[in-house]
Amino acid sequence: MSPREFKVLQSRRKFLTGTAGGIGMAALASLFQQDGLAAEDDPLAPRKPHFPARAKHIICMFMEGAPSQMDLFDPKPELRRWNGKPLPPSMTKDLKLAFIKPTAAVLGSPFEFKKHGDCGMELSELLPFTATCADDISLIRSMHTEAFNHHPGQLFLFSGHMIGGRPSMGSWVTYGLGSENRDLPGFVVLSSGVGTSAGSDNFTNGFLPSTYAGTPFRNSGEPILYLANPKGITNESQRARLDALKELNQDHLASTGDMEIASRIQAYELAYRMQSSAPDLLDFSKETAETREMYGVDKEPTKTYGTNCLLARRLVERGVRFVMLMHASWDHHSELTKGIKKQCATTDQPTAALLKDLKQRGMLKDTLVVWGGEFGRTPMSEIRRPEEADNAGRDHHPNGYSMWMAGGGIKGGQVIGKTDDLGLTITEDPVEVHDLQATILHQLGLDHTKLTYRYMGRDFRLTDVSGEVVKKLLV
Amino acid sequence: MRYLFPLLLAFAALAAPVDFRKDVEPVLKSRCQGCHGAAQQMSGLRLDSRDAALSVVVPGKSADSVLFHRITGAKGLRAMPPGPKRLSPEEIATLKTWIDEGATWPADAITQAPVKSTHWAFQPVSHPAVPKTSDDSWARNPIDSFILARLDKDKIKPSPEADKRTLLRRVSLDLTGLPPTVEELREFTADTRPDAYEREVERLLASPHFGEKWARHWLDRARYADSDGYEKDWARPYAWRYRDYVIDAINADMPFDRFTIEQVAGDLLPNATAEQRAAVGFHRNTLTNREGGIDNKQFQFESSLDRSNTVATAWLGLTTGCAQCHNHKFDPISQKEHYQLMAFFDHLDEVEVDAPLPGELGPYLAKHDEYRAKREALLKEYKVPELMPPWEEHMIRAEANPGKETDWDLAWDCLAKLTESGDGQKMIHIPAAKRTQREEDLLVNSFIRNYHFAVGPKVYEEVKFKELDTKLRDLENSYPQLTQAMSVVEEPGVHQSYLRVKGDYKALGAEVKPDVLAVLPPLKPADPKNATRLDLAKWIVSNENPLTPRVAVNWIWQELFGQAIVRTPNDFGTRGDPPSHPQLLDWLASDFRDNGWSVKGMVRKIVISSAYRQSSKERPELQSSDPANTLLARQSRVRLPAELVRDSALAVSGLLNTDVGGKSIFPPQPAGVAELGYGQHDSSGWKESTGRDRYRRGMYIFLKRSTPYPMLMNFDGPKTVQPQCKRDRSDTALQALNLLNDPVFMEAAAALAYESLSDGPAPFRQRAAEAFERSLGRQPSAKELDGLEKYFLREKAIVDKNPSAAAGRYVSLPGGVQPVEMAAWVAVSSVLLNLDEFITRE
Repeated sequence: MSPREFKVLQSRRKFLTGTAGGIGMAALASLFQQDGLAAEDDPLAPRKPHFPARAKHIICMFMEGAPSQMDLFDPKPELRRWNGKPLPPSMTKDLKLAFIKPTAAVLGSPFEFKKHGDCGMELSELLPFTATCADDISLIRSMHTEAFNHHPGQLFLFSGHMIGGRPSMGSWVTYGLGSENRDLPGFVVLSSGVGTSAGSDNFTNGFLPSTYAGTPFRNSGEPILYLANPKGITNESQRARLDALKELNQDHLASTGDMEIASRIQAYELAYRMQSSAPDLLDFSKETAETREMYGVDKEPTKTYGTNCLLARRLVERGVRFVMLMHASWDHHSELTKGIKKQCATTDQPTAALLKDLKQRGMLKDTLVVWGGEFGRTPMSEIRRPEEADNAGRDHHPNGYSMWMAGGGIKGGQVIGKTDDLGLTITEDPVEVHDLQATILHQLGLDHTKLTYRYMGRDFRLTDVSGEVVKKLLV
Repeated sequence: MRYLFPLLLAFAALAAPVDFRKDVEPVLKSRCQGCHGAAQQMSGLRLDSRDAALSVVVPGKSADSVLFHRITGAKGLRAMPPGPKRLSPEEIATLKTWIDEGATWPADAITQAPVKSTHWAFQPVSHPAVPKTSDDSWARNPIDSFILARLDKDKIKPSPEADKRTLLRRVSLDLTGLPPTVEELREFTADTRPDAYEREVERLLASPHFGEKWARHWLDRARYADSDGYEKDWARPYAWRYRDYVIDAINADMPFDRFTIEQVAGDLLPNATAEQRAAVGFHRNTLTNREGGIDNKQFQFESSLDRSNTVATAWLGLTTGCAQCHNHKFDPISQKEHYQLMAFFDHLDEVEVDAPLPGELGPYLAKHDEYRAKREALLKEYKVPELMPPWEEHMIRAEANPGKETDWDLAWDCLAKLTESGDGQKMIHIPAAKRTQREEDLLVNSFIRNYHFAVGPKVYEEVKFKELDTKLRDLENSYPQLTQAMSVVEEPGVHQSYLRVKGDYKALGAEVKPDVLAVLPPLKPADPKNATRLDLAKWIVSNENPLTPRVAVNWIWQELFGQAIVRTPNDFGTRGDPPSHPQLLDWLASDFRDNGWSVKGMVRKIVISSAYRQSSKERPELQSSDPANTLLARQSRVRLPAELVRDSALAVSGLLNTDVGGKSIFPPQPAGVAELGYGQHDSSGWKESTGRDRYRRGMYIFLKRSTPYPMLMNFDGPKTVQPQCKRDRSDTALQALNLLNDPVFMEAAAALAYESLSDGPAPFRQRAAEAFERSLGRQPSAKELDGLEKYFLREKAIVDKNPSAAAGRYVSLPGGVQPVEMAAWVAVSSVLLNLDEFITRE
């Protein structure tokens, strides 16, 4: 976005009065003036929220493919009684299913549930580490969504709409609040596993300026695309290149008078700072052995996801606004037992480590952590290869699944909502995806009805035309 | 509700009696009838007549009237109107007093929303007289008179003409997307003929690259991509055939009206040609979801919606999509009209058609029988003729008895979408003897590839269908095949279309017939009882349609000035920006329409003008009065679109492959990019192009929707989901990293260095000046040369210290050049390719 376009945008940003508060503003202003730009020309400058925020940062743990709630969070002993039998048609007649028919046999969870923490939250044996954080977690057992296929479901979760083209949550948040770190992007995406259905749609800027797009960090090789110097260019040569560029660009700025050039000079300097600060970001050598062990960064199967979790903490520590961890895939249509055990072994320990680490550093109180998938899974089984033992899995289920939140002004140690004894429908406190989005924005100090952007003749927002803040979740 | 009681009291007294016309009607009209009026009746309520209103009004008793409860939010009811803008206390008091005074309603006061609009864009295109100006000698054509007349008003003088080099680089980039060569620049600067510039314009208009450059602009509107968009994001192996159609049409200067008709309804033209069937591929650019178990009805609905909205935006500049759930809030478009428009697209079947390129047909026909015979033999060898009929029968049984056999259920579900095009579930019901060859082949292929869903992996292995599949593909590849095009046809049978309540595809409302918006001139269907897509296409480009020519010239103008006359090119409605030069817009629109809809002609007219030729230098004296350069007292500096950033680097370094048209390419991209998506397991994985294909123009890069090529994304490349009428021009650190460190750009720098050093020894300053001219089209100033020399020496010293650290900057070393010198030259070249000026059209 050019400085000029940004000014137009800014004048439309109704909630924005004057320039922003937040840390590092003075330093930032001088940085900009140095290159002939005013701070208000910077689309990523930190901006004041609509009202005081409970959370400054958010880490979104997206469990792609839809984890099975009745094997992890929502115990259903009744299912064991029905195991192997179909449900009466009266109970299943309105169900919309992706692969199986409503007459499919019920699958009781093979996993045991126990109470945890002072709050006595019931959690599955698959989550021994997360269970130790029960008192910090607010578990929602009554999520529902409109989508029951992966790609639309993921679009719905992150952009509030099942059809592509709209900005993702992280883009909305950086558009609303800017970034506090000028050496790193404001919205960072870390991924692990096999790749997600919606791919980069999950962190697209949609119709917002591309300044607000999520920047994928990679967990091997260079963390940001094209961050490393090219072959044969040392740091010294890189600096020399930038100096030469700056000088020639400044000459041209003087002859054309176009502030766009000043903005480009500034972008190159930011690129260089990103290059310089990345090694420190990725240098885990100063982390204690205890921390490394807690996240499981030195062993399988926790290595990749653990590295991402630790990186998430280090990013938030450096002021990055929105960190999204995408882990794929929990799409267990078959071999549920084997598959879900594997994913839990991969993610449970690092997830809990991140919560604990944030807490012990006093960062959890202003970092919102969200965990969950795009929908849940059916109480009925899906069997693709009947001749194989243990082949059973579960189909997609959008009408009652679980997610959890922690930190950032969320009241820990509680369970919100209930589903019926079979887990087919919600019986108490339904929470729709737009409600979840409204709550997330609310914790960041943003009113979801006021965070809008004019596009194609309409003021769009993340929550489309609905969404209510879930008050029960809040401290 | 505690606070409501005092609130009710507060409304208790309004001193004077109310007047319906003066006080009440305006409130009802502006705040209620939008949702409860003639056009729509939410919750079945109308508030535009007394009889209707009596369902919620008890005359004389506001306390008993639901209307009053609703507007105050009393009794726990949701307050109306919804949303943040509630009725003011005065408005509530007015309605309360009106009810208490008996709710009188004059007999003639039945209000209805007007269908006609005074909005400028819906008025007929005028043909304004060319205005007088302060300096008629400046005007090369009427465009200039309009621009200057507006400048005269504010007593602003236009800018002087840009120097010849800047001008040639500008017009070359704008018309062909490629920078001029040094030879072209030198010839032009030496050409003193008065029409030297016009000659260059003609040369560029005739260049095949003109079609590429302008096709890319159109493809943005067509939301073109090479993949499905959802889930596995399957490749569309023949999407490019539509792209070729656009390039060819623009190169041939196909009149824009014909270009329109062919893309909207080419399949309905009498004796439609292969090209015309490829043209309706426009509608196939919609996203497709083939996930298992998706609701086909929903996605059919979404596709129709997308097709209708895209046509409305690309040609009419309208946001009809806003009326999907309710009447348009700002423009005179009712929800019913939205669905009437959509009805034109409601019943499209997706098909692939043979669309042979020149030279394909002969060899194909010569070998066709031989190919068929070999294919049949292979099928026989693997017992397909024996195994397939029972499979078909079993599938049909599974369809009839869902839930009995889950594996067959899954196989059945997958059949719907697992053919490359067309619905396998429909095809399987056609008796084998009646299937077309194409249908039969698709079904057989689907059977061979997906048999395992039904019978499990063991049996699948026994029949060796994987092996057969490979053999069939190899066989196909070894024989000449015809290029296919993605196309559409109308579904057979009677078509019925419905309004969808609140935009929900499941909630069928009243039946609607295909028609256009009432605020625009009426449709004149060939058969008044049965309006078709072809009628719609002809209506779009009819003489009476005020939007199409305005939207089209606004588009062309935007690509030549970096900004449009109507700055919201996707929204010509009441919420869009008004035109900066309304008379100019109409003059251009009528000229375009009345002179054969020639795109090349319109481009020519604009680039010939003095307005276009102005210098783009900032004018400090205008920075406060016209900061956005709306009045065009100068040209604009414009950051090049993503594709052209790449093309320019490849062009000046001599790497560019200038072949026009054809399949998409897969240039090298960093590991890990494709893996972010889910589709890397199948045919849409990124198979890196080799040889010259790697250096083809950016517009041919395979557009994979779920994991786009990172360089295109970094530079605000095509969005491919909705019609895109304007590219962003952002300026980010990721762009800087991309140009600095991407091996593609380093390779270009090395090639440029090689070119600079390959013709024997020469002083640094001479070579640097040549490289500078090659890259930026102009001679460097002495200061700029000093800067480059200083940098060259600094870099050489760095490399000298540790030559091995510079290894890998280049592959080939020109004869007689020292490695250290070459290494420093690569760095100098990369600086040139990173300059703001390099990626900017001045």
